[in-house]
Formats: sequence, structure tokens, C-alpha cells
Amino acid sequence: MRLKMYWCRFALPVGVGLALFVTAGREAQPLPQQPSSAPVDVKIDNFTYSPVTVTVATGTTVKWTNRDDIPHTVVSEDKSTFKSKALDTDDSFSYTFTKPGTYTYFCSIHPKMTAKVVVQ
Amino acid sequence: MARGKDEIVVNHNHDGIDRRGFLKCMAWAGTGTLCVMKGGVLNSYALSALTTEDAAKANGALSFAQISDSHMGFNKPANTDVVATLKAAVDKLNALPTPPEFLLHTGDISHLSRPEEFDTVDQILKSAVAKDVFFVPGEHDVIGDDGKQYLERYAKNSQGAGWYSFDKKGVHFVGLVNVMNLKAGGLGSLGADQLAWIERDLQPLSSSVPIIVFAHIPLWSVYPEWGWGTEDSAQVLTMLKRFGSATVLNGHIHQTMQKVEGTVTFHTAASTAFPQPQPGKADSPGPMKVPAEQLRALLGITDVNFVRGQQSLAIVDSSLG
Repeated sequence: MRLKMYWCRFALPVGVGLALFVTAGREAQPLPQQPSSAPVDVKIDNFTYSPVTVTVATGTTVKWTNRDDIPHTVVSEDKSTFKSKALDTDDSFSYTFTKPGTYTYFCSIHPKMTAKVVVQ
Repeated sequence: MARGKDEIVVNHNHDGIDRRGFLKCMAWAGTGTLCVMKGGVLNSYALSALTTEDAAKANGALSFAQISDSHMGFNKPANTDVVATLKAAVDKLNALPTPPEFLLHTGDISHLSRPEEFDTVDQILKSAVAKDVFFVPGEHDVIGDDGKQYLERYAKNSQGAGWYSFDKKGVHFVGLVNVMNLKAGGLGSLGADQLAWIERDLQPLSSSVPIIVFAHIPLWSVYPEWGWGTEDSAQVLTMLKRFGSATVLNGHIHQTMQKVEGTVTFHTAASTAFPQPQPGKADSPGPMKVPAEQLRALLGITDVNFVRGQQSLAIVDSSLG
């Protein structure tokens, strides 16, 4: 009897989660917005942003951390949407994306370094 | 004096640039080479083989020196003491047989555009015998404020983003800025306003006036994959073609390199802070980590002597150790 009760408690949340997933997949719609979603990390190492493309939900904060031994910046292609200060080794910069779109950015010190954030 | 096997015998053919000799000259760069342009012919000497007589030949009417990429504030391997190496560079300048009359600093004065970094460099340069220092900015000097601080400190009387020209003993110097308004994925950039200004600046000059152009990022395509080039420099080179002697001095790549195109000679200076890898010889252009005892051999200064009347320009790279 005890064993069966435990099983029931587990079954309910799993079932709900599965239903949500199936619904989202069938209608091909983005997941509901989650303003409190965890920050997404982008590392800067060896003159490269990694991952080079991140796809996030609207409202997500992206946090860049410089792991290189040379300073870098994080500047939106239009140079106005977001613009970090010089990030020395282990410095970080965060920006919260509130509008859907594709945001290409680059390092204003080493402009060959480019990457993008896709906000859905 | 015994000659090393790679040593270059003075005086190549007098019918133009000797390619073999030029490549040898490049191979020697960084370990101490003297390259003399004379009537379009490049002559090269190994510094270790220089006699007093050679030095006297190079000792001209105008002598100045170039330092570059002091990166004050950098404190990681292979150089945790960029103050000491900049001081060593100044000592080296002060000990030259012909003391330079003035200095050119081709940018990346600071590492992070911090006021205290600029202050430290200014303080160290006060001990140079040459009192005048002409700067152009590197991308590390204009971070976060579009070069406002740099302009206030180093280029108050300049045009636009900090470009200017001046004359010394009949030689025309042009200081250019190619680190502003850089675009995502792009190279160094001069911009339309600056290009128009250069054209106006050079226009009244006779083609016999020797021209020296200096800027941070190389004005020729050293290695675009690493951003080592300037996207609109071809227009400047076209403007320089009519001059009998034009020299372009750059920094940025933390190693000496030389190239000759017609009457235009390109030269990059070593850094006083840390070396960078040869183009494509590493995953990225990050600082090269070398054993402490090798560091100073990869840092250096560049001494330039212009011999009036002979139309020859001697460019000498000397390492700090």
C-alpha cells in the first residue's frame, strides 16, 4: 500500500510536464515567457565568444565572462543597444533581452570577433 | 669580426630591391637589423656587425625613434612588469649613438584606457632625453569613451578623431587614427573624413618631400584573419605613390615586419610589453608566453635616421635584451 501511494505522488507532476511539452511541440510555438529564467552564460576565450550563437526566450539575461588574458568588450552591432566596458580577465557583463530579434555583437577592441544572440 | 652564416653582406644589386636580401632582412628583424633605403635600394646590415663607420653613415640630419604597444596595465605572462620593460626601452633610446630628437608612440599606450595607466606611461617617458612625443591611439586607448580621454591627453590640437601632421627638417610626418568606429567583423578603419583630410594635407607637397606616415594598425594587409590590416588603407597608398620616399610606421602586431611596395616602405615596431605570435602561427593573436629569459629579446624599439641629400632612411630595430 505504501509503495503504491508514493508512485501516485510522482505520477501526477510527470504527466503534467509531458502534456505541456507535447502541446508546445505540436503547435510549434515558443515556450511561455519566463521572466525569471536563469541567465545564459557566454564565455570569451581565445578571441572567441562561446557559444557563438545563443537562442534565448524574451526576458532572458545573457552574461558574458572574459576568460582570456587580454581584454575584450561586448558591443551590439548598432553600438547602442548594449555596450560593455572593457572586460579584463574574469570580468563579466550582463544584458537582459526584452525584445525578440537577432542581435549580432562584436568586440570593439578586436572587431573580427563576432557572435549573436537570437531572442524568441 | 667573424660573420654568421645568415649575415647579410652590405650592398645588394643596384637595380632595385633584392628579394633574397630583403627576406634575409626580415628574418633578422627583431634580433637587431639595420635596413637602409637608398635610391630605392634596400641595404641591410646585421647590428652585431655594424662598425663605427656604418653607424656614422646612418647618422643623419634627422633622427627619431618609434616605440609602440606599451600596454601599461598588462600584468600577465609573459610580462608581469610592463613598467620595467618600458623603462628599459627608454634607457635603450637614451643610450643610442645618435640620440633621437623626438619619439613616435604608435599606440596601445594603455591596456584598458585607465587614467592611471596613461599617467604611468607619461611619467616614464619624462626620463627620455627626447622630450617631444607624438602619439597615435591604439584600440586599447579608446575603450568605452570613443577616444575622448585620449584626445584630451595626447591630441588636443589635432583634427577629427586625433589625426595631424607636422614637419621636421624637411620631412613631412602624418599621424593617422585607424582604431575608431570599427565595425563588427571589420579591420582597422580610417574613414571618409580622414581620407579627405590626408588628400588635402599631402596635396601642396612636392613629390620630393620625404613622407613618414604613422598609425597603430598596419596600413597593409599583414593578416586580415586576425584583424591585422586597415580596410581603406589602399586609398592612402595611392596618394603616397607619387612621392619619391614614403615610409609607413605601424605597431599593433607586437613584432617587427617590413615590406616594400614601389617607393613605399612599411615597417612595424616591436612592443615594449609582450610579444604576439607570427601571423597564423597560433590559434589566436593572444600574448605569446615565452620563458622569462627570452622576453626582452622579443621586445624592442625602432630607431630611424634620415640622411638629408642622400634620400636614404635607416630603420634600426633593437631588442631590449
